[in-house]
Amino acid sequence: MRTMNSSKLFLGIAALLVMPLVVSAQEGESHIGKLSGHTGAGKQLYFRYCWGCHGYRGDGNGENAPYLNILPRNFVAATFKCRSTPTGTLPTDADLYNSMGRGFNNSNMPSWIELTDQNRADLVAFIKTFSPRWKTDKAGDLIKVPAEPKLTVESIKHGGELFQKLECWKCHGQEGRGDGPSASTLTDSNDQPIRPYNFAAGSRFKCGSTNEDLYKIFITGLDGTPMPSFADVIKPEEAWDLVHFLRTLQVTHKSPELALWGSTKEGAEQIASRRITGTPTGSGIKQ
Amino acid sequence: MMRAKLAYIVGLAALAACAVMVHAGPSGGTVSGKVTYEGTPAKQKPIDMSKEPSCAKQHATPITTETVVTGPGNALDNVVVYVSAGAPDEAAPSQAAKFEQKGCQYIPHVLAFQVNQTLEIANADQTSHNIHPLPKVNREWNKSQPPGSAPIVDKYDKPEFIPVKCNIHPWMHGNFAVLKNSHYAITEGDGGFSLPNLPPGKYTITAWHESYGDQSQDVTISGGEPKSVNFVFKAKPY
Repeated sequence: MRTMNSSKLFLGIAALLVMPLVVSAQEGESHIGKLSGHTGAGKQLYFRYCWGCHGYRGDGNGENAPYLNILPRNFVAATFKCRSTPTGTLPTDADLYNSMGRGFNNSNMPSWIELTDQNRADLVAFIKTFSPRWKTDKAGDLIKVPAEPKLTVESIKHGGELFQKLECWKCHGQEGRGDGPSASTLTDSNDQPIRPYNFAAGSRFKCGSTNEDLYKIFITGLDGTPMPSFADVIKPEEAWDLVHFLRTLQVTHKSPELALWGSTKEGAEQIASRRITGTPTGSGIKQ
Repeated sequence: MMRAKLAYIVGLAALAACAVMVHAGPSGGTVSGKVTYEGTPAKQKPIDMSKEPSCAKQHATPITTETVVTGPGNALDNVVVYVSAGAPDEAAPSQAAKFEQKGCQYIPHVLAFQVNQTLEIANADQTSHNIHPLPKVNREWNKSQPPGSAPIVDKYDKPEFIPVKCNIHPWMHGNFAVLKNSHYAITEGDGGFSLPNLPPGKYTITAWHESYGDQSQDVTISGGEPKSVNFVFKAKPY
């Protein structure tokens, strides 16, 4: 008799333990560090904050979309710009979470840092329900970013050689102003005109502001845009040299790389020739 | 009586010989025909490659765009003719389908291959190319390919017609036709095609052209006899 009762109790507890697992597997979840997001809560938030641009079906055809130059992301296609994963693969939950928190500079996607961490995690879970790809594919393997080597003038110069060899200038231009020979012909994957990043303007990159973010941009490529992945054609050590060089193209953005480059004669001349100086009223503008 | 019996035996032998001859032919029937157009297709424009001197010098006369390529007798080239229904899906063959970037052109302009077949993309030019296939059903990737680098190797796991562009050279356009079985042909020259080795059954033959869309016709194969199926596309002036 006692064994009957205890086995019933055991079964009862086991059933209780299994139930929430079954429920959450059906609902869909996101995991960012210690956070877990849920689609149910995400759905409420999406239809309050997001659908005006991203649309009722999550395909980027919200009522605001016709007024936007850079179109809102189409979640149904599941092609994302800012990832830590190789080109053609899905981003991680953390990639989506960070993009939402950062916003996309020079576009209409604002920073949603005012929503709580839990809110944003819930939204990530819900956004993943728009595309069937999330059911069949897993997020790509995280790309490895080796530790940043010491910053030297040689590193910057080698980065400059890579910029020539990999023909980045064809789109980005020799001074990184986004005025290369192919720049005016660029279209994104929806055949909309798109401009390459202008390093000389020095604004924040679409996918972050650190050297590591810059490294990831040209290793993963920005899917859906003409910016390709260079993962197969650049060695990881050389990639850091390119990062250091690219920082020296951002002549209006203070960085250790720019400071080091400016301390050399060649660098100082180059930076001076590219910077516009003068008074805010316009008088005395020297270029 | 004897003569009749002899005649009977000879007759049987002749019949048997005929049967053997029929079965000794190729396994299954063949669907063949021509793809032509009516009307006036849009004029193809010469391509200005002056922004890429290493490619411009490879063409003594500038090449033209390839949105409509025609042949003698109103033939329509670069049409993918394939069995869209009636044949079972097939495993991919082991050899790779090869796509080449040469003279800042995609060669061939239309490449047909099977689901999960290996695709090899080579850069034979002195300039970087940035091949960017634009699928809507398969996953989209985008890779840079400097001169002298290894071929890009990939595959697609769903059937689809995929336009291909180069982000650096805007005049470069090509197409991938990812198909479910091995019964396909691409027209060239006189617009003729041949789809052999089709076992008896009902088939839908589809012809796809990048500018003129697609057309389908049903055909029934009952033995080893060849069947003729022709397609006529209406040319558009733009």
